[in-house]
Amino acid sequence: MAFSSFQEFIVMGGYGFFVWLAFGGTFLGLGLLVLRSVVARRHLEKACADHMRRQERLARRQKQERSR
Amino acid sequence: MWRWLHPYAKGEATYRLLGHWLPWLAISAALSLLVGIVWGLAFAPPDYQQGDSYRIIYIHVPAAIFSMGAYTGMAITALIALVWQIRTAEWAIAAIAPVGAVLTAVSLFTGAVWGKPMWGTWWEWDARLTSQLILLFLYLGVLALYYAFDDKRTGAKAAGILALVGVVNVPIIHYSVYWWNTLHQGATITKFEKPSMATSMLIPLLICLLGFALFTAAMICWRLRHEILRQELHRPWVQQELIGQEKLN
Repeated sequence: MAFSSFQEFIVMGGYGFFVWLAFGGTFLGLGLLVLRSVVARRHLEKACADHMRRQERLARRQKQERSR
Repeated sequence: MWRWLHPYAKGEATYRLLGHWLPWLAISAALSLLVGIVWGLAFAPPDYQQGDSYRIIYIHVPAAIFSMGAYTGMAITALIALVWQIRTAEWAIAAIAPVGAVLTAVSLFTGAVWGKPMWGTWWEWDARLTSQLILLFLYLGVLALYYAFDDKRTGAKAAGILALVGVVNVPIIHYSVYWWNTLHQGATITKFEKPSMATSMLIPLLICLLGFALFTAAMICWRLRHEILRQELHRPWVQQELIGQEKLN
């Protein structure tokens, strides 16, 4: 352990602001990347369901027209 | 010799293969990042010149190295896409570019935050910083081109050409600290000599490097899987994958 107390760990020998800003910014960046991928999957599921519903509607209409 | 590769030109085969890799990559990335960063922040000794501010190295250097590594990988897939017209390679361009762009942005941001206390300035138009900024613009350009065309293949081709041409910037970034008089310091570990760093500081850095490599690989796998689904959205196997078998019938 390079620090003798938690207080010292946060202060980082006077460079606390810069060290924590750098690490915070990094986690924000990487975290947003992960979050976007989580959301992307949900968007894909919705797009796929929409497409299938449209296809079904189209097929039903074609059947109706043929029977008329 | 290369026959085993042929099935992976098909989206579904690649999707399944990446699905096998993804959980292992994600778990090992999270573990090594956790160990490396905690070690670097709390257990590595302070630097005799820079005190505790040097701890930014544990994210700055890995992000910078893999921003260039990801770009080189993207250029290679672009070459494969352009020469052999393999569509999964085209899609890999779109999977790699956002990950690389974030890594580049992280390296620039952490560099600025490290530069302020050490150099007295957030930003300097020196060769290393400027060429790294150009790398960010290259990534953004590749992404913009990829999505700029109504015809997806045209977009992929345009993005691939920019990715290939832009690869000239990677050696420029690496050698910028030797070719020009930069404020940025020279290489510490990416050179053909003994690393100029104490072992107690080097080991956590190597673990962080491994963590960023695994994170980059995991994100690319994940994003490529999504890109394959997006491109083949109207195919039955994708509908089965996304909606599920039971709801289909």
